[in-house]
Order: sequence, then C-alpha cells, then structure tokens
Amino acid sequence: MTRQVARVERPIVEAPAPTSHTRLVGRTTHPWGWWGWALGAAVAVSLTRNLLLLTLVVAAVVWVVLARRTAAPWARSVGAYFTLALMVIGVRMFFQLTVGGLREGTVLFTLPEVQLPAWAAGISLGGPVTLEAVLFTISDAGRLAAMLICVGAANALANPRRALRAVPPALYELSVAVVIALSVAPQLIESGVRVRRARRLRGGASRGWRAVTAVVIPVFEDAIDRSLLLAAGMESRGYGRTHDQRRVGRGTSVMLMGALMCVTLGTFILLGVPGSGRRGALALGGGVVATVVGLRRSGRRLAVTRYRPDPWGWPEAVVLGCGATAIAIAGWLAHTQPNAMLPPISPAAWPTLHPAMIVLALVVAIPAVATPLPPRDER
Amino acid sequence: MIRFDDVTISYPDSPPVLSHASFIIPDGDLVVVVGRTGTGKSTLLGAINGLVPHFTGGTLSGDVVVNGRSTRDHRPRDLADVVGYVGQNPLAGFVTDRVEDEIAYGMEQLGLPPVTMRKRVEETLDLMNIADLRRRPLLDLSGGQQQRVAIAAVLAAQPRVLVLDEPTSALDPTAAQDVLAAITTLVHDVGLTVVLAEHRLERVMQAADQVLWLPGDGSAELGPAREVLARADVTPPLVELSRTFGWPQVPLSVREARRHVTTEGIVLDPPHPEPTRERGRTALQIEKLGVRYGDVLAVNDVTCDFASGEITALMGRNGAGKSSLMWALQGATASSGTISVTTGSTSEDPREVTAGRARQLVSLVPQSAADLLYLHTVEGECAQSDRETESSGGTTAAILTRLGADLDPQRHPRDLSEGQRLALVLAIQLAASPGVVLLDEPTRGLDYAMKAALRTILTELAASGTCVIVSTHDVEFAAQATTRTVVLADGDIVADGTTREVCTSSPAFAPQVAKIFHPLPVLTVAEAARGLR
Repeated sequence: MTRQVARVERPIVEAPAPTSHTRLVGRTTHPWGWWGWALGAAVAVSLTRNLLLLTLVVAAVVWVVLARRTAAPWARSVGAYFTLALMVIGVRMFFQLTVGGLREGTVLFTLPEVQLPAWAAGISLGGPVTLEAVLFTISDAGRLAAMLICVGAANALANPRRALRAVPPALYELSVAVVIALSVAPQLIESGVRVRRARRLRGGASRGWRAVTAVVIPVFEDAIDRSLLLAAGMESRGYGRTHDQRRVGRGTSVMLMGALMCVTLGTFILLGVPGSGRRGALALGGGVVATVVGLRRSGRRLAVTRYRPDPWGWPEAVVLGCGATAIAIAGWLAHTQPNAMLPPISPAAWPTLHPAMIVLALVVAIPAVATPLPPRDER
Repeated sequence: MIRFDDVTISYPDSPPVLSHASFIIPDGDLVVVVGRTGTGKSTLLGAINGLVPHFTGGTLSGDVVVNGRSTRDHRPRDLADVVGYVGQNPLAGFVTDRVEDEIAYGMEQLGLPPVTMRKRVEETLDLMNIADLRRRPLLDLSGGQQQRVAIAAVLAAQPRVLVLDEPTSALDPTAAQDVLAAITTLVHDVGLTVVLAEHRLERVMQAADQVLWLPGDGSAELGPAREVLARADVTPPLVELSRTFGWPQVPLSVREARRHVTTEGIVLDPPHPEPTRERGRTALQIEKLGVRYGDVLAVNDVTCDFASGEITALMGRNGAGKSSLMWALQGATASSGTISVTTGSTSEDPREVTAGRARQLVSLVPQSAADLLYLHTVEGECAQSDRETESSGGTTAAILTRLGADLDPQRHPRDLSEGQRLALVLAIQLAASPGVVLLDEPTRGLDYAMKAALRTILTELAASGTCVIVSTHDVEFAAQATTRTVVLADGDIVADGTTREVCTSSPAFAPQVAKIFHPLPVLTVAEAARGLR
C-alpha cells in the first residue's frame, strides 16, 4: 500500500517574530519634496478665485495628507490650519458685511445702517448685503484659506526638524539655531507650568507685578541654565570643530547678495507688474541659480557630514514634479482662460469648470498614490 | 592618560577651587572623584576636556594634558574624539530628538564619512544595549535610558576617556545598576579610562580602581580606593562601618565586607525590636486617592493614613507615582478620592481650601526646590516668606538658623549650594507651621554630612508632632531616617510596614549594612555597633 506524501513545493520560511526594534517596510518621503509640492499647490490656488477649482485642489491636498501622514505630533497640525482657514473666511465675511465697499447687485438682505461721524472718515456701517459681495468674499478669502491649508499640509507631512536637517551646509549653523529655538518653546512652557504649580506651594499670595516676576524669573533662569548646558554639551561633542576659520571669500558674499536681490526683484516683477512675466521669470531663475552656486561655495568651509540623510528618489521627483506641473497648468489657465480663473464679480454666476482644472486637481492628488507608505509603526 | 601638572583653577572673588594639584590618571582606570558638596568636583571634571576654562571662564594655570593634547591649546571641541563628557542632566545636553540621530550627532560634527557613522552607531547601540530604543524620541525615555543614550552619544566618537558627572544620582537603584553595569563594561571590555563624580558613593565604589579626593582646601589626593577612602571626609556606609569596627582596610563591596565579617568571626546580637510606641493621632488620611494625566494612570485609588510624629519613606522606581502622590496630597494636582488633614478636632481637604490655608495643612518641598525661589537675596526670600505666612518678622530666618544653615543674608539663592538651597526652601515651607511636611527627593545633591544634618532636622520635626513623608531613592537615607516605609509600584501601594521589615525583606531596598549582616535585620552602622558582642 502506498501512501501519498504531500510534497511542499516551496519551503515555508516563517517570518521572525517582530521585536520592538524591527524595522518595518516603508519610508517617509523627503521633507523638501513635500514642501515643494505644497508650495506648488499654494502658488496654483493663488492664481484663481474660482470656487470650484479651490475646492477641488483643497480636497486633493487633504486626501494626500490623510493618505500619507504619520502618527507624529506635527502631523496633527493640519486641523489647526483648517481652523485658521475658516477664521480667515469668517473675519473677511464679517468686515464685508459691516464695513465692506461692495453694495451693488442682487440684495439678499439689508442690515441697519449707521453713519459714523466725520472724524471717523465718514465710514458707514451696515447697509444692503448683496449676493455678489458674499460670493466675492468667499472666493477671495477662500483663496487665502486654500493657501494656508497647503502650507498646513506641508507641515503635517514633513517633520520641520528633518526638513531643517537637510539644508545645504552653508545654512547649517542657521538651521541649528532654528532647531534649538524650536525646542526652547515647549521647554519654556514646561518650566512655566512647573513654576506656577510651585507658586501654589508658597500660598500663591502675591499679586500683580510680584506674581509675574515670581513666575517669570525662575522660568528665565531655568531657560538660561538649560541653554548653557546645551551649549556645553554641543561644545564638548565637537560642534563647529570642522569650521574653517577662513572667512567666506568676498566674491562669494557679493554673489550671494546679488543673487538674493535678483530673487526678490524677480518675485516682485512676477507678482506685481502685469505683462512682464518673462523678465520676472528670468530674474527669478537667474537669482535661484546664483544662490545655489553661492551656497555651495560658502558651504565648503564646514565639513560636517550627514547621518542617514533622507534619500531623494523617484517618489520625491514625482512629488516635486506634481507641484511644478500644478503651477504650470494654473499659469496656462490664467493666461488663456482669465474669466474662468478670475470670474467677474458681477453679475453673480456659477463658476465655470474648465477640463484643465480637473487635470490640475488630479495632478495635485497624484502623491497620494505615487509615494511610499510610511512604516506601519509610524502611521 | 590624563595628567594634571601643577593645576590651579580660580574664579574671581573666591579662593581657588584647585591649587597646585598634580596627579596622573593611568590608562584604563576607573577613577571616582569624591569630596563634599562645593569642593570643585564638577570643575575638575570640566577641566579634563577643557570646558574649564574655555567655556566656563575663570583662570587655569599649570597644564592639563589628555592623551598628549594639552587643553591649553585645544578647545573642548578639539578634544571631542579623545574625551567624552556627559553632564549632570543628560536631557539638557541632547541636541536632536531621536536616539539614533543623537548618537550620530557627534560624528557628524567630526565630519566622519556616512558609512563609518552608520557602522559605529550600530556598534554603539549594541555596546550600551539600547538597540531597541533606536527610533524612540529622547523625551519619552526613562532616566536610566537617557543616561545610557547620553553615554552612547559621546562613545560613538570613540574617545579614550569618559568623564561622567553624577551619572546615577537621579536614578532609582535598579536604573543605577544598569548604568553602572554599562560603565564597568566599558572599563573592563573596551579599556576606556573613566573618571566620574558621584555623591552616592555606595553605588559606585565597588567598581573604583582609584579615588581622587578633594578635601576642599584646593588640594587633590589620588590613590588606591581603599587607602584614600579610609581617610576621606565622605563616609558611605561601608567606610563608616570599617571605621566604627576598626577594620584595617575599607571593604569596597558588600561581598568583601561579608567575607571580612565571616573570617573575623564577628557576631552581632539581633537588634532590639522597636518598643511598640503608641502611634500618634492620624494627621493625614487618604481614601481611594487617584491621579491621572490624560490616559496615564499615575496613582491608582490608594488608601492609607499617616500619623503625626511619624517619618515615612515613600519608595519605588522612577515613574511609580511617588511625586504625583505627593503633589496630590498637597492638593496642588487634581485628584479623585478623599484627602483629610486633621488639625485639632477639625478635618480639612487641602484641595478645597485656599492655597494659603493648604500650605498650613500640608507643605511640600518639591524635587526642584529652586522653583520656589525668585528674589535676589536670602534676606528677601525670608522676609517675603514671613509676609506670606503672616508671621512675625524674622520667623523664617530663625527657622533657617535652627536648621543649622547660617546663610549670608545678602547672597543670591542661585549661588547657594544644593544643601543650603534645600535648607532655605525647607525654612520657608516650615514658616507656615504645617502639620504635614512632604519632601520630594531631598537627598539629591547632598553629601553624607548634609544628609546626616537633614536626618536630625526631620527627627526633630517629628518629635514636635509633625507628620513627615519623604519620597526617596536613597535606601541608606531611608534606613537611617525613617520609621515607616511605603513602597509604590505602578501607582499602587505594594508594601507598607516599618522600615526595618520592608527594607530588610527585599534585596532591592536593603541598605548595605543589612546585606552584610543578613539575616539579622540590622539597618544602620550605629545599630550594628550596639549589637557587637
């Protein structure tokens, strides 16, 4: 009698039991990738007042955030930016209803009118509220709100500290200062809470100025102590050791100054002077190139190295490319379809949706699928 | 390896901290720097890597040479690959926010190639046994883990000398063991030279090859641990024991002392059990007291009572809920359950009265005692304290004198030593004549003489009918100063009894004398001397 013995085709290798330091599949995308993408989206929405396009882009940005954010503390900040965005719209609406200058068109309702005396510049408060005014306010404030949400998205997706770690060497000392400043704020809050709690132990009887000094002085003393300890720690671990004592060459300095001026001028021309896009872009581009060269040259005197820098791979290129494409599409739309991008204020009309707008929103949404997932234990 | 050549260190307007000190610390030694508070231990440690005087100011004459490099023409940063320096508070010295990045930071500064860095980080993680912490935020680590990460962070640059300022003072006994084990590994297996200062000498003296004693007059005496400790003015229990019993040599560990006891045939009478004194009236009663922060349960429905005239030690590992319980007892932290403080015939809840009244009921000296001080002079603080408690002028100053601290009234509280500052805060808190006094970790930074003084103060307070509760990691202090011990773990009370029962029943909380004379429940050297046949 023969027995059939099942043969295992491929030996099954059991996965090792995960321990607390097992490295999990996945990685976070380079912080500068996210910042480039978010700034691209922000520039794109800054070119339009079309509510449909604004809504589409914000939806795309939020989708990307929800799909790729980690469980880290900074990832929760997107909610705060949403609140800020709503506040912007609310404040603008309040002023439009009370002070606002736009009073023509379809009247929705009329607020009681108050004429201020002549010394207050004769402003009149209240009056008729029109559909046009409300729509204009929502779309104009909505543009700013959408830009805020884009910046919030960058904050939520990229650890600000890691972003600062990846600056060119020339800005290294600056980034260290910023990182330390970032950590001082929570420390000040922590020691403030501790000292206030300690005040109660002494009865907390003092009031007024004395009560303020009673909290502020120990908190500041604490902060100074801490910063001295930190400085001692950094010094004894070799901070600034590779710093070449030579000064940055005069040529490099002049070049950097000129480059920054070019960047400023170019930005100003691009945004402020209509019809001179080419000259502006030229100045901006030239300035950026000169800045990069200058930073590289002045960065040579500091020989710090980077431990496990965030890799820059194709997902980052795609993310950055999405941001650039969004700007390009928005620019093309603004050039060829000005009425669709900036709908006329009156008469009030349903905003038109150009097919390229849908493409723009889709492009902004691409990073939600084109980037790797962060590791499971960080999600 | 380290050579001090006629070194004098001085700051303006004060006598020199070190004067004409010369010694040589050989390669591969573990040297413990001992001396009373304020004798310049930290200054000496800082001089090894040049922080003194490059960073702190002051003047240094003579020469300090480490591995052939003189601090005269090398700044601390130039010595980073020779000397690893870990300060008193490791958390304050962290530059980054993740364990792995922190370890790499020093190497980034040295400009090491990324491949080397990666390899060294892995080696260092394994050497300090912290591989499972690699991706953790530094703020989330426990005290012992932070200390080990701080050591790892300086080790990655592969220095030949490791300088540690009070590495185990803030830690509970178990975490201190972990850190000390790591340090001994570095000395024995890696061959590093280690120089460390430590107040809790009983924790580190067993590992010491040599002891560097700073008597306080500016001199420095380096010699074999046994010889120097026999003369030094710091007296950990083993030194006290050998001096009391007249042993020729100081045993450095419990094992040595036990062997000595056996070979010499020293036999003790069991200590007299405490006369069962009538317990004082209940001063403080808590029922189902709970403290939670968000979803963290710090204290879990604790029920307990404390009598007047009783000194209770509150022990348990870091994060066991000791501090939370103390703050809750004072009423300064929100808590659930009932607290009743009895004064005379009335009972009050410190959470329901004004802060001024609450401190008359329960007074707390917090762990960071300096938080309570904010004026420029000792005199000002005392006067402010009199005003706050509406007591007659000079009350606080009188208490301060009674505590044995005659401080210069014009001194700035920040300039006081740890012990003097503690005395000042204690005097301020006692000015309200509270019925219950709580002290959170008071022995941190105190030397043996100061601890003895604190013990006397607490005993006097208790004798006058005050209920005293001391939270501490210092088992030696608890054994000598307290009559009752409550052990907290995970927010629960896990042991409550006389200090003798609790401290002699488990090795983790047993003082060294109890370990030497096990199974006899002897707690202190004085008791052992009384029981000597």
